[in-house]
Amino acid sequence: MLGLTSDINWETLSKHLIDSENNIVEVRQLVRYHAKQLSMGIIDQTRITTAVSELLRNMYNYGGGGEVLIEKGIVDDKISLIITCTDHGSGIEDLELAMSDGYTSGNGMGYGLPGAKRLVDRFEIKSELNMGTIVRVMKWK
Amino acid sequence: MNNDLHEKRIPIIKIGNFLIVSIQVDMHDKLALQLQSQILQEIEKTGAKGVLIDISVLEMVDSFIGRMLSGMASMAAIMDAAVVIVGMQPAVAITLVELGLEMPGVDTALNMEYGMEMLERRLNDDDISLY
Repeated sequence: MLGLTSDINWETLSKHLIDSENNIVEVRQLVRYHAKQLSMGIIDQTRITTAVSELLRNMYNYGGGGEVLIEKGIVDDKISLIITCTDHGSGIEDLELAMSDGYTSGNGMGYGLPGAKRLVDRFEIKSELNMGTIVRVMKWK
Repeated sequence: MNNDLHEKRIPIIKIGNFLIVSIQVDMHDKLALQLQSQILQEIEKTGAKGVLIDISVLEMVDSFIGRMLSGMASMAAIMDAAVVIVGMQPAVAITLVELGLEMPGVDTALNMEYGMEMLERRLNDDDISLY
């Protein structure tokens, strides 16, 4: 997990496998539930849920599915919800390109990664060719 | 899983010249696409001139659903039917804009009643322009 912010004091809320479109719906609903539990406002709940939906779709469509970890913990002195999406797909060759608006490698419209980034407070990504991609997003309470 | 899809089929109701669709479930991508083609088929079958899509229950519209809705509006327009999306929650509207998704050509109204008026006005305008 080199390069990604992490902390052993973070508390794991849940862990999920993403291997179908139904999983995507379940997990994004769960993200909203946890955001609500952290007493985030309705707009922040919607932002983090939507961001995660974009990430899960990427993971499912391009990374062959993967795992999602939902945690809560302190980041920069703020209580945050931390969501980590890990896939074991082919990785992203040009991260800068993948993070630019309007870029798409598949049948999407290219809002996935840059759009998700705009909706969260912190966005971290690590990708290795033929190894997979890890995206970690955080939303402060 | 196929059964599951079937259970969640979203009903389309025809009233007068209009089709009314109320999305009451959190849709996965396949369901969204299925709804899109279902509505187009219904337009063809009934000759409806307008479609009202109520999304007031939707707590989230991501890029895929947003794209499905705007694609749906363009497709319906080609089939001579207008689409109005009604009841978008404020948090959903904010998130859509921040996400960077524009929905060109999509008409929206605050609620079902305004949406219906919008469609009726449009239908009347069309009638007048024929003469």
